[in-house]
Amino acid sequence: MVKVLIPSGALGLNYDQDALAAGLAAKPDIIAIDGGSTDSGPAYLGRGVSKYSRASTRIEWQGLMEARAKINVPLVIGSAGTCGTDSTVDWLVEITREIADELGQNLKIAVLKSSQPNTRVIDALAKGKVHSLPNAPDISAEILTGCSNIVALAGAEQISLALNTGADIIIAGRTTDAAIIAALPLMHGLGAGAAWHGAKIGECGALCATNPQSGVVIIEFDQDSFTVMPMAKDARATPHTVSAHMLYENSDPFILYEPGGYLDVSGAKYTARSDQNVRVTGSKWVPSERYTVKLEAAAPAGHQVVSLVLLRDQRYVENAAIWAADITKKCSQKVVDRLNIAAKDFSVELRLIGQNASFGALEPRSQTPIEIGVLGIVTAKNQLLALEIAKILNPYLLHHPLTPQEEQPTFAFPFSPPEMDRGVVYRFCLNHVMELENPMDAFTLEVFNHG
Amino acid sequence: MAELGKIVQKIRSKNAGPFWLTIDIFCGSKAAYQQAVTGLSNPAIAAVFDIESTLIKRFDIPDLNVVKISLPRPETQGAIHDRDMHGASWAALFQEMELA
Repeated sequence: MVKVLIPSGALGLNYDQDALAAGLAAKPDIIAIDGGSTDSGPAYLGRGVSKYSRASTRIEWQGLMEARAKINVPLVIGSAGTCGTDSTVDWLVEITREIADELGQNLKIAVLKSSQPNTRVIDALAKGKVHSLPNAPDISAEILTGCSNIVALAGAEQISLALNTGADIIIAGRTTDAAIIAALPLMHGLGAGAAWHGAKIGECGALCATNPQSGVVIIEFDQDSFTVMPMAKDARATPHTVSAHMLYENSDPFILYEPGGYLDVSGAKYTARSDQNVRVTGSKWVPSERYTVKLEAAAPAGHQVVSLVLLRDQRYVENAAIWAADITKKCSQKVVDRLNIAAKDFSVELRLIGQNASFGALEPRSQTPIEIGVLGIVTAKNQLLALEIAKILNPYLLHHPLTPQEEQPTFAFPFSPPEMDRGVVYRFCLNHVMELENPMDAFTLEVFNHG
Repeated sequence: MAELGKIVQKIRSKNAGPFWLTIDIFCGSKAAYQQAVTGLSNPAIAAVFDIESTLIKRFDIPDLNVVKISLPRPETQGAIHDRDMHGASWAALFQEMELA
């Protein structure tokens, strides 16, 4: 039997201290936590930085380092620093060293890195080793060259190698969410179906139970089953909360692809073992013929400047779409004329907040709101150009009349200057997998002692 | 005719990776589930999202009284014209759909 303690869905989301203490008292074999996701957008991967504050990360990580030391089991984090690039792994290693020094902990630390040299992926593409997943964007050597960061998602194989070093703490770059949990039960020879299914259920912490904010959950793995045990007093796992978690952020609730195969839970049975715990049987793992890892990449997509102006005059609110379309057309033409650039080299978009900013042309409802926030979004090749265009847009947002004959209107800017630099914006450019001969071909493992 | 959001317990929309959206319709009862399964057609969903209905992945899950719909994102997450980084608002379009 292997018990994995998961303190929360991600480092930075906090966890309940009492629930963590209860988890430690249950004597887990490992503490595993995820540090990342693509869910907050491409900028983190594009820049290679963490989404969460350094202070929050440090406080929560210190709590887990102290917990680990109390029960002397390995502590593993996957997708360190949101995007799991080498830069965010180094960032968490630095934080770890600071905390270790303060606590006087002597540690063996294993560092697994997932960043990919662009040339490795370009070579793999040329050799036919990169395969697209459904709704993948088109890629080419040129597009891959332009990516500021590419990561591969490590699986259980790479995490197992890191655990085998006997490290106290394993800091991993991008991994699949489930791999850091599945690795230890797999190393103990337990059934792969239960290992991966239990890992998937546990990867968001107590999100698979009532009181999801409490965070802490233990997954107890047996040969061909697993049991979900939330640790907060008022958190309950039920067959419904556990099975419903397979829906979460998955396009298919029965199949989950992982490096080396896929999990099929269509035959799984969920049984209440107590008022709080659920046992799951019947999960199936189907190994694949070739070993692939998923790739994620982000590339700069231009520089952006945004402006915000408010319409409150009822006639302008009623005719905002016409007003905005007229401005977009006239402003774009003026940019072409005055800056001598082609229309394809920039974008001016006005979003009408209060009218259809959520869905654009797909918005089926229409009614006249009290006021409309007009978000002007300018994107261009460099920041200077984006700011120039935003400044050409500005007089329109301030004074543009619905008809030429009426008195010049003026609209409400909340800020001076109205233009706000957003810097470089990024786009996701890969939804692909890469074939590997050996699971470690795309990853590096380094082990060192601290203190 | 009834609005889907008025008969079910909860509708949640999320990203399923940067290129897909997934919408979970928690019906809350067998009766509501049956109404949703029969009253919500893939062509009607496709019309709301202005996509081919063959692109829709759909799972009617009686054990959970859940209808799950996955579809390609209208814009890739975080692309210049994307409007909703976490895919959070799309549930509202389903809430306001009229059941057949």
